[in-house]
Amino acid sequence: MTETATGTAAASAASGARIQLENLTKRYPGSPSPAVDDVSLEIKPGETVILVGPSGCGKSTTLRMINRLIEPTSGRIRIDEEDVTDIDPVGLRRKIGYAIQASGLFPHMTVAENIALVPKMVGWSKSRVKDRVEEMLDLVGLDPREFHGRYPRQLSGGQQQRVGVARALAADPPVLLMDEPFGAVDPITRDHLQDELIRLQRELHKTIVFVTHDFDEAIKLGDRIAVLRERSHIAQFDTPEAILTNPADDFVSGFVGAGAALKRLNLTRVRDVGIADFPTVSVDDPIESIFNKLREGPYNELLMLDRRNRPYKWLRRGDLMRAKGSPARAGQLVHDTVTRDATLHDALEAVLIDSSGRVAVTGRRGEFIGVVDMETLMNSVQEMLQADRLAAMEHEHDLEELRHHRTETELEGGADG
Amino acid sequence: MSFWDYLAGHQQQLLTDAFQQASAVFQCMVIATLLGIAIALLTYRSAWGGNLAITTTATFLTVPSLALIGLLIPLVGLGVPPTVIALTLYGLLPVVRNAIVGLRGVDPSLVDAAKGIGMSRVAQLFRVELPLAWPPILTGIRVATQMLMGIAAIAAYASGPGLGNEIFRGIASLGSANAINQVLAGTIGIVILALLFDAAYVLLGRLTIPRGIRD
Repeated sequence: MTETATGTAAASAASGARIQLENLTKRYPGSPSPAVDDVSLEIKPGETVILVGPSGCGKSTTLRMINRLIEPTSGRIRIDEEDVTDIDPVGLRRKIGYAIQASGLFPHMTVAENIALVPKMVGWSKSRVKDRVEEMLDLVGLDPREFHGRYPRQLSGGQQQRVGVARALAADPPVLLMDEPFGAVDPITRDHLQDELIRLQRELHKTIVFVTHDFDEAIKLGDRIAVLRERSHIAQFDTPEAILTNPADDFVSGFVGAGAALKRLNLTRVRDVGIADFPTVSVDDPIESIFNKLREGPYNELLMLDRRNRPYKWLRRGDLMRAKGSPARAGQLVHDTVTRDATLHDALEAVLIDSSGRVAVTGRRGEFIGVVDMETLMNSVQEMLQADRLAAMEHEHDLEELRHHRTETELEGGADG
Repeated sequence: MSFWDYLAGHQQQLLTDAFQQASAVFQCMVIATLLGIAIALLTYRSAWGGNLAITTTATFLTVPSLALIGLLIPLVGLGVPPTVIALTLYGLLPVVRNAIVGLRGVDPSLVDAAKGIGMSRVAQLFRVELPLAWPPILTGIRVATQMLMGIAAIAAYASGPGLGNEIFRGIASLGSANAINQVLAGTIGIVILALLFDAAYVLLGRLTIPRGIRD
């Protein structure tokens, strides 16, 4: 059910628009230095860009200038080549999704009424709005029948945030602005919401601009990250890999914090490394065949699956002997599994905890796919870091050339003028 | 003559007075509410504007009701006009103050969200800010009504309508057979009216405060 609904959503959805900020400046009266000083940023269609920086660096102000909740003092904003700096802000905002911290849901309206707000304002028909509300609830993983008529205070923080995202996406805007949307929920819920957002974005391809002060969140969600320092000056604007392996300056490396190599593990998914085969038996297999498999094969160990093909027990050669031939008592229960979408960080964690240094990888419904072991992880991390280093060097080289080129043209331009 | 005999004998007169009192208070409350909310909407966004509105309306309240009505008589004459003006002025303060406090108390992040998803200023006001500020505003209206119930009795001094006539008549003829009965009937009538109004407000709250923000 979810599958089909999200499928149609993706098919009918408007995908992202290009956003260009040109020399955007915000100066508040009575303050000597601007809050945002001359920011230029180009965000590609369908890209998730994270603005990250210490509090008070102007990242929120920058975001809020995109939908003109804050009017820029100077500079231009372009969305899909259209200059929106001077158009009617109310109309502009209806075409830009907006999700904020603590969800911003209106407590006096039901979940459905909250989600229906923007589609109604842009003049959708009643039946279309109704269908859309159901579709959006489904999309963010809430059962429409159950949550439709609830009030925000009857929802948990995580559920509220989901509805907040559903409301922001309801009128199918090409651009989604998110201002620390997961800042007010507990770490476990935040993790879930981040995963959900990644899944949504894989389906919808919106242009997302996301503000956070949490660098780990930035790495996890961003296609590119803009690390901002005071007055929204861009210290570095690059892919998470590049920022981790090659921070532009001390400010960025300070912000990246310790353990860049460990954080790098968050950027790669289990699906991207080699998932190895592992011999399995089923709980229903007769005990003789299990014995034979252990004796004949080159393996010291088997994975026993339950009736629904889910990892159940690790069986070693000695285990069956000690358990006097009863498979029910033998072996070690499988504690932890990872999905193919899990990060290498999660996988490493699971491998470290496991006594024999490997973890079972499972599919959507928990069915066994293969295993990842310590060796595979080590090798892929080595490869990854090596590749990053090479890419960083190349990148630096390119930048150097570009700078060189620019200075040259500037000099020429100067000569002409 | 016992109190009950008095009530039975003057039933018609008392009911008319009670009805007129209720009607006067109700109508003045409607005017005070509309005016009060309008004043609040115009002023709540500026610090000094809102405070000025609260202080001004509070000043009316410090003027003794008898004096205010007395001052109004030479200006607008006797009867209904001074009653309506006085009651409306007295009703303003609780409405204005609660409306301003209520509107200022709306979570700024919700106003930001309303603006951010593309609501016009008018929509922000009528779909988000006023509904959320409505419970305190309603409390203000309730308090004002209770107050006006008592003040309306004084209006009889200027030949205004209501149960105050009963009380004033009784006071004027103190010592006569029915004096105490008249004062008592007027007073108890006012208390009963006040309680009825209060019950009506509880019902109104049930009907108009959205379920999502009701306690």
